[in-house]
Amino acid sequence: MGEMSWSGRQGVAVPPGARAMGDPGATGRFGGYGGRYVPESLIPACHEIEAAFRAAWGDPEFRGRLDTLLRVYAGRPTPLTPAWRLSRELGITLLLKREDLVHTGSHKINNVVGQALLAHRMGKERLLAETGAGQHGVATATAAALLGLKATVFMGERDIERQELNVLRMNVLGAEVVPVTTGSRTLKDACNEAMRHWVSSVDDSYYCVGSVMGPHPYPWMVREFQRVIGEEARAQCAAELPVGVPDYVVACVGGGSNAAGTFAGFAGTTARLVGVEAEGGAAATFGRAGVLHGFRSLVLQDEHGQVREAHSVAAGLDYPGIGPEHAHLRDGGRARYETVNDDEVVKALLRLARTEGIVAALESSHAVAWVIRAAGSGEIAPGSTVMLTLSGRGDKDIASIKELL
Amino acid sequence: MTGSVEEFLTARRGTGRPLLVPYVTAGVTPDWTNIVRAYADAGADAVELGFPFSDPMLDGVTIQEAAGRAIAAGTTVRGILDEVATLDAGVPLIAMTYSNLVVQRSVAEFCAALAASGLRGLIVPDSPLEEAGELADAAADAGLDLVLLAAPSSSRARLREIAERSRGFVYALTRMGTTGERGEISEGAARLGRELKELTDRPVLFGFGVSSPARAAELAGHADGVVVASALMRRLLDGARPRELGAYVASLRRALDQGAR
Ligand SMILES: Cc1ncc(COP(=O)(O)O)c(C=O)c1O
Repeated sequence: MGEMSWSGRQGVAVPPGARAMGDPGATGRFGGYGGRYVPESLIPACHEIEAAFRAAWGDPEFRGRLDTLLRVYAGRPTPLTPAWRLSRELGITLLLKREDLVHTGSHKINNVVGQALLAHRMGKERLLAETGAGQHGVATATAAALLGLKATVFMGERDIERQELNVLRMNVLGAEVVPVTTGSRTLKDACNEAMRHWVSSVDDSYYCVGSVMGPHPYPWMVREFQRVIGEEARAQCAAELPVGVPDYVVACVGGGSNAAGTFAGFAGTTARLVGVEAEGGAAATFGRAGVLHGFRSLVLQDEHGQVREAHSVAAGLDYPGIGPEHAHLRDGGRARYETVNDDEVVKALLRLARTEGIVAALESSHAVAWVIRAAGSGEIAPGSTVMLTLSGRGDKDIASIKELL
Repeated sequence: MTGSVEEFLTARRGTGRPLLVPYVTAGVTPDWTNIVRAYADAGADAVELGFPFSDPMLDGVTIQEAAGRAIAAGTTVRGILDEVATLDAGVPLIAMTYSNLVVQRSVAEFCAALAASGLRGLIVPDSPLEEAGELADAAADAGLDLVLLAAPSSSRARLREIAERSRGFVYALTRMGTTGERGEISEGAARLGRELKELTDRPVLFGFGVSSPARAAELAGHADGVVVASALMRRLLDGARPRELGAYVASLRRALDQGAR
């Protein structure tokens, strides 16, 4: 262990000020973003889910069940681990919120356990999900098994090839994986297909959206289910850090759920919030306002309004949009969004692995890559404290980075 | 042709004929405007023009494929409007597209451009009542009829509001699902048609899954007519020429007229 003091006291009480990212109201608006751009056929289902979520979220019994499952099943709270050696190399204090350690290996389980409990409470029989990296699909298959529900997961053919391990895991868990062969054959098309399927099976199926996207109430609901990351980290920082709050809070952004949950715990503090996107899927940087998958936000699109295909080494970040609340946080300046390229990401994955003995997911390695770059350039001042959400573990990616070693 | 979509369709309905609105994806073939003319000549009462979008969430495989082809061929909204401006089909043309294309600059600019090229109506399936306020105002200002969708899942209260706020006609979905020929027409379709007819004097047309002349005639019996899309686009993707597509529309026309007798 390095010279950094570390008490291991990691309380999880909710500190004041953590509620700055609030309820978007009945219309589901975050500034001009969000909303409910779905066909009339799905509107009753959206209303039903919103009402069920509002009731459940205010119901101590539901909250208690969720809390218990997150603890005794998913393995929460997750530790906040100092990156001892890398911190020293970078001249900063880097703390890692270890979502890689939860059951199924990524933060996706936080959201899925919440939504699966909700679906169960609503009397639904089947969970539908889209997945990119397969982490959300695995989490959905897992929660379905836990609660005795069926699961159907839509996954782009291209992602099925590069995330083979997760496809096998879903099969083992008894989920049906439906290959999506249209468009770019990645996450965007899996979302389209999941929506189409949902329209035709809305009576008995519940669409378990995997990030802070989709029609209202999903962006808000998913952020609330992921808020646990930020609230734990906030309390852990309060217990460990001399000033209680880090200088920077950093997370990778695909749709933006691990970042939204993380930011929710720190929005009311002085911490600077940074979301890191893949250069080839950076809607916050290169996108324009538009409507995709049921919500208004920043979308990568051509001059005519056709949505572009995202490209990233990380399947979970291959998404041409960004959650509506992130677009709002960007516009208001409360959070900023940076990009890193594939090359930096693979190097960051290896560097973290070799300095800390932690193999992070390619998605999470985007956040690490930005911190390495910004600390190196002096953009993050020496001596700063950085809290980084390590959204998942890299086991699923080992095969795909093999040739890059 | 003068007047709004609604005036035109109401007048045609007044002659006792079931209404027929066939669909074509604009830009799907270089000669797509000939398809519009062939539809009109074969007895269409209006034509629905799909403006292709990369992520058509309410479309099944056939219309997805047609849209993909049109986009790959370089079809843009501007290009479609330029071609529409030279087209005198003799029946109202109604654009059908997704929100992302509508909000590109502003909904007002989009509606004004459509109207300027001669389009009379607009359908945006991913813009339900809640999101359609600004669009409805912009469409009204431009003189476009904004057609709203009604679904088997819509409550009576929503149906009332949809019937009240829709212009041109009310687009009644035969089933929960996407466009496409496969799948059942839900039992709810007849009920939906009846309910809407009780709520409004506007024309009520069924769409989705109207896959044959017989089915068209059957459905038209519960409302004022039908929209036919995938059955035509599949024939087109299989190689049918404008003349053959016109012949298919004529067969729909005959079935509808016989059913009405
Ligand atoms: C490990 C991991 N991190 C991040 C993401 C991106 O999702 P989000 O931006 O919603 O956190 C994914 C998505 O698959 C993932 O698997």
